[in-house]
Amino acid sequence: MTAATTEQVMTINMGPQHPSTHGVLRLLLELDGETVVKVTPDIGYLHRGIEKLAEHKTYHQFIPLTDRLDYLAPMSNNLGYALAVEKLLDIEVPKRAQYIRVIMCELTRISSHLLWLATHALDIGAMTVFFYCFRERETLNDLFEMVAGARMNLSYIRIGGVARDLPDGFIEKTRDFVNDFMGRLRDYETLLTKNKIWLMRTKGVGVISAEDAINYGLSGPCVRGSGVRWDVRKSEPYSSYDEMDFIVPVGENGDVYDRYLVRLEELRQSNEITRQAMDNLPDGEYIADIPDIVLPKKENLKQSMESLIHHFKVVTGGICPPAGEVYTCVEAPKGELGYYIVSDGTKHPYRIKIRPPSFVNLEAIEKMVVGRLLADVVAVIGSLDIVLGEIDR
Amino acid sequence: MTEDVTIGKRLKAKFPEAVIGGKSFRGELTININKDYIQRAAKFLCEDSESDFDYLSDLCGVDLSRLERSNNFEVVYHLYSIKLNHRVRLKVKIPASNPNIDTVTNIWKTADWHEREAYDMFGIIFNGHPNLQRILTPEGFEGHPLRKDYPLKGRQPETLKGIYREGKQ
Repeated sequence: MTAATTEQVMTINMGPQHPSTHGVLRLLLELDGETVVKVTPDIGYLHRGIEKLAEHKTYHQFIPLTDRLDYLAPMSNNLGYALAVEKLLDIEVPKRAQYIRVIMCELTRISSHLLWLATHALDIGAMTVFFYCFRERETLNDLFEMVAGARMNLSYIRIGGVARDLPDGFIEKTRDFVNDFMGRLRDYETLLTKNKIWLMRTKGVGVISAEDAINYGLSGPCVRGSGVRWDVRKSEPYSSYDEMDFIVPVGENGDVYDRYLVRLEELRQSNEITRQAMDNLPDGEYIADIPDIVLPKKENLKQSMESLIHHFKVVTGGICPPAGEVYTCVEAPKGELGYYIVSDGTKHPYRIKIRPPSFVNLEAIEKMVVGRLLADVVAVIGSLDIVLGEIDR
Repeated sequence: MTEDVTIGKRLKAKFPEAVIGGKSFRGELTININKDYIQRAAKFLCEDSESDFDYLSDLCGVDLSRLERSNNFEVVYHLYSIKLNHRVRLKVKIPASNPNIDTVTNIWKTADWHEREAYDMFGIIFNGHPNLQRILTPEGFEGHPLRKDYPLKGRQPETLKGIYREGKQ
């Protein structure tokens, strides 16, 4: 940059209240005309100190807080935490519970990706997609309401299994959704994939190479868009994912368009995984039977005195896993979501560190937008699919 | 499992003083590293073809004061190799009275924000970090909230509360 143009550099604020920053993200942009010279993300507006709160809660009590990380994918957050505690305790989860977890996590992935598609397209100016995606999300929220009683902060997954069995009619309703969804996806594609405006706004924008993507720690669809075939569900299978048949889509150019294609294909794959898990859903228990660790079944509480006592003991006394430390990660819709738990053998976790995928993905934004136009910043933020609840924790 | 053991052995062969100890718990390998060697050990593990830890999953601080009754902090690194699909955890103990350690941002760029967070939450100084500033807490925040001696309800000066309430600088 020459001295003459440097004098023109102007600093402007984008956010914290800005519709395209997907929450309370503030970007300090230094612009030369419309070209971005420097971008400094300012985060922390949503910091609630979840990791500090965890140190004052019992292991069961922390589950509702995990919902509030990536609030668009509560099931994945619950699952990552439950898996970490189960690994620490060294307990087995019944097969049926594992399959129910897979169904819920894949529906969550569809729901999260739909919201990404809706807002990403809206940011770039395609409004119709927004209405279609929210129509489908409505069906999914109804399904979540059936199993968990809530539509947003579900807290459905428990240590050792899930909170309750799938209700009557759930499988039929989900099957209807899964059967319809492929056609719906084709509708979205006709609106965007070959749309000339969409191509011009996304192709060659926000490019990041595979080496850089790995070095910057990108995960999930962001790293796969650059051609790195890495998915935690395949590389370190958890919760019976090794019994599902699915492919991991990758892009080539690492631009906004490739990340878009990867996520669309993931929607298709998640739909297929949901179908497989429903077809092969085994019979059996939905939660492990380990009285000193796992909460008793809700339906027994009103009939059995022993269950009531057992519930009281687990809730008031908490559970005391052995001293030690574990790191467990799952493939959340945004990428690798990790939980590092240090236990000192008491009922409170000594330390919980959450590795949020969005936090790490956002870090690479400078690499992607410097030298590009201001309008591209909006496209790149959309393609990173960030959620501030998880970034700020 | 055999593979895990070789990682520690190879590191020890290269830097005999770097490796203080190792442990395996629930199938996860942990290697304790000498504070002075962290940059060299990280570089070796990243570049060595048999370990090839090209991906830094996570970096965080832990306050050990209530765990071991020692006045120490710990910096924990979770490394992953995308090519070889294995993980290792590195742990480095540093004194709480003078918490400083070399940065690894020159090896993995992703360490930048993780180290800023560890600085924000524990006050750990990462020597050589390009921009070591608070990241999650607001401007003017005092103290380091994830230290064990920091109260859950917070501890901020009265003057600062006024600023936040009225939105004045």
